[in-house]
Amino acid sequence: MNTRQQSKLIYSWCGKPMSSDRKLRTSQYKGILITSESSRTETCIQLGDFILVEGVNADQPYVAQLVDLYEDGAQHKRAVVQWFCRLEEIPQNKRKLLKREVPAQEVFFDQVLGYDTDIAAETIIKSIMVLPLHLAEELPIITLNKEQTFYVKQSWDGKCFKVLSPDIFSKLKEANRKRGVITNSSKAFIPSDILTPVKKEMESVVQSATKPKNVDMGIESKHSASKSSLAKERHSQRVADNDIKTPTAKKKLELNSPTRSKGRILGCEVLGLLDDDCGAIAPLQPSATKRKVKFSSEILGSPPKIPCSNDKSKSTSETAEHCQRLSDTVRLSPYTKVKDFSEKDKNLHGKDDNLSLVRYQKLRIQSPPLTPRSRRTCAQKTSALIAEQISLLKSHGKLAAEEGFLSGSDSSYSSSSEEEDDDVPCTPEKKTKSSRIFSTPKSSRKPAVHTPAKTPKKTPLPGTPRTPRNATPEIPRRIQAAQEPASVLEEARLRLHVSAIPESLPCREEEFQDIYNFVESKLIDGTGGCMYISGVPGTGKTATVHEVIRCLQQAAENDELPPFQFVEINGMKLTDPHQAYVQILEFLTGQKVTATHAAVLLAKLFSTPGPKRKTTVLIVDELDLLWTRKQNVMYNLFDWPTQKHSKLIILAIANTMDLPERIMMNRVASRLGLTRMSFQPYTYKQLQQIISSRLKGVKAFEEDAVQLVSRKVAALSGDARRCLDICRRATEICEFAQQKRTPEIVRMAHVTEAIDEMFSSPYVNAIRNASLHEQIFLKAILAEFRRAGVEEATVQQVYHHHVALCRVEGLQSPTVSEVMAICSRLGACRLLLVEASNKYLHVRVRLNLSQDDVMYALREE
Amino acid sequence: QHRHLLELLKRTMVHGESNSALIIGPRGSGKTALLNHVLKDLREMKQVTENLLEVHLNGKENCQFLMKNPFLSGLLQTNDKVALKEITRQLQLENVVGDKVFGSFAENLAFLLEALRRGDRTSSCPILFVLDEFDLFVHHKNQTLLYNLFDISQSAQTPVTVIGLTCRQDILELLEKRVKSRFSHRQIYLMNSFDFKQYIKIFKKQLSLPAEFPDESFAQKWNNNVQHLSEDKTVQDVLQNLFHHTKDLRSLHLLLMPAVSAVTVHHPLLTAADLQEAGRQHSTDSKANIVHGLSVLEICLIIAMKHLNDVYDGEPFNFQMVYNEFQKFIQRKAHSMYNFEKPVVMKAFEHLLQLELVKPLERPSVRAQREYLLMKLLLDSSQIMDALQVYPNCPTDVKQWAASSLSWL
Repeated sequence: MNTRQQSKLIYSWCGKPMSSDRKLRTSQYKGILITSESSRTETCIQLGDFILVEGVNADQPYVAQLVDLYEDGAQHKRAVVQWFCRLEEIPQNKRKLLKREVPAQEVFFDQVLGYDTDIAAETIIKSIMVLPLHLAEELPIITLNKEQTFYVKQSWDGKCFKVLSPDIFSKLKEANRKRGVITNSSKAFIPSDILTPVKKEMESVVQSATKPKNVDMGIESKHSASKSSLAKERHSQRVADNDIKTPTAKKKLELNSPTRSKGRILGCEVLGLLDDDCGAIAPLQPSATKRKVKFSSEILGSPPKIPCSNDKSKSTSETAEHCQRLSDTVRLSPYTKVKDFSEKDKNLHGKDDNLSLVRYQKLRIQSPPLTPRSRRTCAQKTSALIAEQISLLKSHGKLAAEEGFLSGSDSSYSSSSEEEDDDVPCTPEKKTKSSRIFSTPKSSRKPAVHTPAKTPKKTPLPGTPRTPRNATPEIPRRIQAAQEPASVLEEARLRLHVSAIPESLPCREEEFQDIYNFVESKLIDGTGGCMYISGVPGTGKTATVHEVIRCLQQAAENDELPPFQFVEINGMKLTDPHQAYVQILEFLTGQKVTATHAAVLLAKLFSTPGPKRKTTVLIVDELDLLWTRKQNVMYNLFDWPTQKHSKLIILAIANTMDLPERIMMNRVASRLGLTRMSFQPYTYKQLQQIISSRLKGVKAFEEDAVQLVSRKVAALSGDARRCLDICRRATEICEFAQQKRTPEIVRMAHVTEAIDEMFSSPYVNAIRNASLHEQIFLKAILAEFRRAGVEEATVQQVYHHHVALCRVEGLQSPTVSEVMAICSRLGACRLLLVEASNKYLHVRVRLNLSQDDVMYALREE
Repeated sequence: QHRHLLELLKRTMVHGESNSALIIGPRGSGKTALLNHVLKDLREMKQVTENLLEVHLNGKENCQFLMKNPFLSGLLQTNDKVALKEITRQLQLENVVGDKVFGSFAENLAFLLEALRRGDRTSSCPILFVLDEFDLFVHHKNQTLLYNLFDISQSAQTPVTVIGLTCRQDILELLEKRVKSRFSHRQIYLMNSFDFKQYIKIFKKQLSLPAEFPDESFAQKWNNNVQHLSEDKTVQDVLQNLFHHTKDLRSLHLLLMPAVSAVTVHHPLLTAADLQEAGRQHSTDSKANIVHGLSVLEICLIIAMKHLNDVYDGEPFNFQMVYNEFQKFIQRKAHSMYNFEKPVVMKAFEHLLQLELVKPLERPSVRAQREYLLMKLLLDSSQIMDALQVYPNCPTDVKQWAASSLSWL
């Protein structure tokens, strides 16, 4: 923070200790006094105040609330805080759960258990304000000290977002009130008499391990809303966000939560979400168009799942019904209320179909940039559904789009598009598109017609801005869907492709276990460490390590392990060893800085005790490429884990076993430590096992053929990639042979052919197909070598032999120019090694293959 | 080979399978021609399938054809940096602004990798990378580009096919071991394995006029003539000679070009003499030709050098030695030769140096006197003798001196 750089701050206790614990020799205080030396200002921060705490990223200090202040036995000033987290601190893939745009001033009440809440008091920077707000409330316009005011709407517990529970809400408000800051924005919204009975329920929901999605609340609230005509304002808020606390909603939750929270998996939740989003929009249609504008804009920022659901709901009510049916089957407990709700919803939906259509389209265009990764899982689940509806979509799409377009009022669109633009600031290129489309009614027709042609599968991938100009790294979609393998051989070939990752890695169980144990123990201890993994190419080093990480991540998700961050860099994919810093920093904090600056930041990050930092697992692939003359990159990498507070685990991968001894300086090698592991090349039995495990269930290979391949490869290199490639080639040869005869499986002959193709030396063949004079020239070289006894000759010497040979053969002897041409041609094929040609006749020539090979090739004639 | 490549590419397009292959063959064996042919076939086929599926695709090609040709563009794509920008430009990714790519090398690489990683087998459209003169890419630092391309082709990312064209037989040994491991080891070898009969056939095919030639009667006449030519003995000799030297079809074109360009209105048909003349031109020795244009003094110097070569068995010589040799000849033998001053001889010697008929062993330095700079003759004695035979108005004593080598002493 700037203030810290400018002046030194002195921390002292404010007042006398409130209480002291003799045993622990701690004494508690109620305030801390921060005195700035240069500006001579004093600030007193008291318990309950909100503060900024120094963090990883200097520009974005952590936000916290001071809970306790004490001095421990060693006279260190300590503080206990309640964290708030910024959006940046929430993992990318979780952010989509939020389903809305979050302004920079918004923070989340942090309920993640892993973070250390006990910090050094010296890391406190200054006090700020954090105002609790209700979900639907807009941020009040802040006029002064924008930097120091934050807002909190929801809480975050590492898995999902929740609305602030009432007691937290009131506590936060209390804290503010104490400071005399009462905002009119957070006016009394929840009557206290309703609050009290529900509080307990709410608490239990928050703390229950299964964490039922607040979606259900949303459903209920909507349902009740449609019945009891509440104020319109509230209504829209509730529906838009799916999870506001109204008395009715909570009561419903009370009824349903026990059963539902159990038998539910994530996929169902996602589906549920989908349906709700569909449904949520429908009942709102009759409400005034004014409302619509705001409503749509709110949704736009949010749900990633909408594109899918849109497709469904667009194809009129029958698809909507379909959705509901699906959701019903998914839900374990029969849930009648949803059903009649959906019935109602359907009717409404049908009526307002035309109106809603246009909006859906808009949504579709808007939401792609926000679609997060897990959409894919959702897409998979619903793919069966989608496939059915593609055809429907196509026929209906065009018609529906036009209808919708005509029925909608243009003015509302243009205004809504403006709002959208405000809501979606992070996707500039999409934004311009949408504004162009909707502000002019004419052009809106075009995309409307176009969009149905896209199949749901092909919705663009998430576009997080990477380059300064926010270009989306993306390959154009393919227009036709990829064909699925038709025959057994094709299926086999698909499975044999190196990229087809098997569920488990056969023959590497031991190594897997070792690495897993290593990382796991370090994770549990919260310490750092290094491991060096070596092995020749194609022995599954990277695959095994990735598998380990995957398992660990799964374990972390199930709360068996503390959560950790995973960063991977590949020496080969870096343009310069120093770029490693940049990439690591980008993974960790999302900043983009130069290499030197990144190194400084990282060093600071790993050497200072960060209160909220998770353990980082760093995989360094192709370590030898990170070698520099001073080796400072490697030195730093291996030095960080030895720091006390680093919490960094490094898995370094390279090919050579003795890399630390060979190229590293002593001080680097010693920091790398002695935890080594080497992957032995696969034996033929292991290769055989790998192939057969991949081919499980597909009868495409003869047993002997597999054995031949694995023996051959094991004898040469033990490279699993090579092995798979040979098998793949063999299937192709077999397939070709199949065209003439009856279908068959891959036999020995095919495999042998494939092996020959891959391992045959090209030289002999090349010599045999060379022209006559080229062959004579080679003969002349051999003769010259024999005469001189040295394996090197000048062209002049060879030329004399060449002419003599031509005379023997009765051929016209070539001129020097022609001989030079022959020589350079053979040189281009690298049959000969030739010097640079400016020496003309005195160019030295050498054979690139053994004399015996040449003799053999020439004698065959 | 054609079929193999076609199958390979088709699989990438249709199944979204990633592959890599190398096409290896000597120069002029039709590597690029093969690839282009396959791509043409592929495009036709694509249209057929498209029509069947009724997906309107006009405007958008299902795959992008990248042509990166470091050979033609000279030194432009000599490092990965330029190649990378070229890829980005050809892929038309979003950071391209008007055919230009901005950003640093590291950024571009990260961007491209990110882009390719996003794709998966089923959704993104396959990309074909054609690396012409593959061997030049091998020499790039760390082979970063190749590693990344092959790595993508070996992992579940955007379907990619990498095709390399090269003439080097030892290309695989140049790949680094981890790059090699990622390469699928599909190699397609192209050889000029035809014999002389096929060669004649190709010759006929190249010369004959196509059926759609406007003047039909002339085409008839011309084609008949070509047929006659191909059976003519002298023509066959010329072709045989060339065939023995090289099977490269480009050199056949080089031979035919001057012959065909001799055709005029008055001389409408190709004759055997034309071809013979072209063949002779084709096989002439360039250095011997230069000798024809030298003065007598320069010829004498060359002969002196030749003798020195004979005496000292190819050891290098300097100007002083040549001058002494020349002086000996003038004093004892020459009747018709004028005794030139040393500076004049020096001038002639420097002329030979400029023509690169002699070449200094090391670079001329300031310290060494020019007279004592060690030189080597870049002509063979047989070449000198041949050149002297056809040299016009050569004095007889010079000829004798050249032939007699040591006996005149």
